[in-house]
Amino acid sequence: MSVPTWERIVGNIGVIIVLLLIGGGLVWLFVRALRGKEVDRRVVFAFILISVAAPLLLTITFEMKPTHIVQELYDKIDNLPAGSRILLSFDFDPPMAPEVQPMADVVSRHVLTRGHKAVFMTLWATGQAQFNITLEDVIRRQFPNAVYGEHYVDLGYKAGNEGVLNVIRTDFKKMFPTDVNTVPWDSLPILEGIRSCSDFDLIISLGGGKPGVKEWVLFVGDPTGVPVAGGVAAVVAPMLYPYFPSQMCGLLGGIKGAAEYENYFRDNHPDHTDMETPAMIMMGPQTVAHVVILAFIVIGNVLFFVNRRKEVKR
Amino acid sequence: MRREIPLGITIFVGFLAIVSFFSPPLEALGEDFTLFFDIIAVFAFFLGGGNLVRIHANKLIKKKPDWIYSIVALLGFFVMLAAGLFKIGNPGDISTSVTAPGSLFAMLYYNLNLPLGSTMYALLAFYVASASYRAFRAKNREATVLLLAAFVILLGSTPFGTVLTSWIPDSFDFLEIPNLAVWIMSSPNLAGQRAILIGIGLGVVSMSLRLILGIERTYLGEDRG
Amino acid sequence: MSRLAVVVFVIVCAAFALSWVLRAGATEGDHAVRDAFLVTLSAFMTLAIMSFMYRDNPYYKFAEHLFVGISAAYWMCVGFWSTIVGNLVPRISEGLSDFFKVPYSGGGLDFDLFFLPYRVFYLIPIILGILLLMRLIPKTGWISRWPLAFIVGTFAGLNLIRYLQSDFIIQISATFVPLFVEWQGFGDFVSRLSLAADGQFIAMLSNLVIFLGVFCGLVYFFFSKEHTGWFGGASRLGIWILMITFGASFGYTVMGRISLLVGRLTFLFRDWLGIISS
Repeated sequence: MSVPTWERIVGNIGVIIVLLLIGGGLVWLFVRALRGKEVDRRVVFAFILISVAAPLLLTITFEMKPTHIVQELYDKIDNLPAGSRILLSFDFDPPMAPEVQPMADVVSRHVLTRGHKAVFMTLWATGQAQFNITLEDVIRRQFPNAVYGEHYVDLGYKAGNEGVLNVIRTDFKKMFPTDVNTVPWDSLPILEGIRSCSDFDLIISLGGGKPGVKEWVLFVGDPTGVPVAGGVAAVVAPMLYPYFPSQMCGLLGGIKGAAEYENYFRDNHPDHTDMETPAMIMMGPQTVAHVVILAFIVIGNVLFFVNRRKEVKR
Repeated sequence: MRREIPLGITIFVGFLAIVSFFSPPLEALGEDFTLFFDIIAVFAFFLGGGNLVRIHANKLIKKKPDWIYSIVALLGFFVMLAAGLFKIGNPGDISTSVTAPGSLFAMLYYNLNLPLGSTMYALLAFYVASASYRAFRAKNREATVLLLAAFVILLGSTPFGTVLTSWIPDSFDFLEIPNLAVWIMSSPNLAGQRAILIGIGLGVVSMSLRLILGIERTYLGEDRG
Repeated sequence: MSRLAVVVFVIVCAAFALSWVLRAGATEGDHAVRDAFLVTLSAFMTLAIMSFMYRDNPYYKFAEHLFVGISAAYWMCVGFWSTIVGNLVPRISEGLSDFFKVPYSGGGLDFDLFFLPYRVFYLIPIILGILLLMRLIPKTGWISRWPLAFIVGTFAGLNLIRYLQSDFIIQISATFVPLFVEWQGFGDFVSRLSLAADGQFIAMLSNLVIFLGVFCGLVYFFFSKEHTGWFGGASRLGIWILMITFGASFGYTVMGRISLLVGRLTFLFRDWLGIISS
């Protein structure tokens, strides 16, 4: 039996206090609802703030099992022979970043760990700056031996959304004559032999808006037959299910998908046990907030039926 | 002339995009025209910036309500523009990426654009909670179905759902909330989304045809179809 | 400006200064003061936007306007350097290519239209782009219809084929799934009947739901026939499927929005206040 440390005791007391605070508050709201009384929207806001902030401060984390659709992408990257060419498109902006950046980080980590050649690009101007975060936090810090231009390359952003995809589908160099730092295409060894998107073994779009995974499937995946996978913000994830598995080989949907991938990757790579797991950490507040929102739905409905009964009586 | 030329342009480039897809000899021409489209897209960004300056300058000059904030918008715009166009503080020379870490442009992006943009959308968490409390009501059977589906998904996407139904025996594990959530996503949700997708797809195809054949002209400022 | 507003402003300024000083003390490295200022600035911008939860206020308006200005300029600059300098300049001028230090590619004639050399050909998007900017001048705004027509035409042409293939043909074909999965006779089916998530019964049920769901969903969207009789029944089933779809979307939307809030609070607690470690 482990000796309880002060930190653990304080942590547990903290968890208990927070649960009592939130639970007690919800019971109070429920009782009010039974009496047909509403609360100000700011009370609802306060509940959400506490239910997100408290688990973050107390660092409540959970283990996540990968679902089939997440596992498919993991297996796809894992089963490709080392040195395969993988195109990663960072199609997101700051509002999507809390969900998509953890996916971008863990997928990039997996791709480089397996020894694949990673070609990064973006269809969103903001994606160019977001890639720098992955570059600093993951690639440069954890893969110091990865050589730019040999193991990975950043092609940067091009305007035109679907227009860009329509060109690179048949002629990549025409759209990207240089990398992001204007180094010519021909002087980057990693790009040797790449003429079009068909020369990639896998395309992964990380985003959640337009253009994003859907456009990659429509304009590149379907016409070329190259497998396309995605990591997307939760809002668009349900809309992409019709493409799986015939047109899309895997999907990480929202922070849950990212957490599942992080958990599975860490469990299967002992040399990465100390890696940062932002998505898994986010699942703590996520869980509490979901339960609170479910409670709100119940309380709101109780209020609705109580008030309706009162009206009928009148 | 004001309408015939743009109509001709739409028909020509529309047909070219289609024909070049099926005809390899025209592939390069199709690529070139798509590249033109990409370049014009950047001019659309310039148009957006120009429009922003016009609106806020107008507000400032005419001293309209909240004109003082227009100064903030214009100042932010011009400082960022100068930082980006002149690559102020870039670690390398002119060929180094405009977003290279260390530059003023990147600094402004990471410390202003990123927090502002993220927080703007983060506020929606509060409103979605408020909507759950006020608007998510089981008023009829259809609304109840929607509510139940949302309930399962919300519970199933967290470990709480697993804990709640982990006692269910293996031969009935379909009824475990996480499994139910996965099933909802990959069966009824897939079916519903696919029906919507097919509907939208047909809509896009018919609208594209109308545009290319010159039937749809509203984008030219005409009302008649 | 009311007295209260002045007091709040002074408090905010003092809090900013205090945060800057404390952060600088806690930050390591050569640029501690600068980094502390930037983190404090980010935090205050975050809080300024969050203050909207209480009500609309000058701090929110300030942050909102700043965001609009910066965002527009960001897209313009990245668009300029990546596509104008990266794709257009190397195709039209050797001198400009040298100036911007981008490899000139005009030597190789990529396409020769009506015997026009490569460079002239690429003047077309410049002219159309400038015409697009004419929209800013009310009197000449009509000419921006030309580039607009180019954009609309290209979009229409590209979308027509892609949507037809991916969102119509492939989607329809993917809906015709086998309704009898691993079928080895009724007796075998009954003997294996269970509610195991990966069992035969659930696999068949899933395929049936997909097939019927898509069909009934489409029936619901079909308005040229009155929704009565079997058609009405199918339509009602379609509504139910769509309601489940919207419920799932709502669930995922909640998940997404909460994640964004977690992201911002993580920044405040970790990067600004330093009260959590990772």
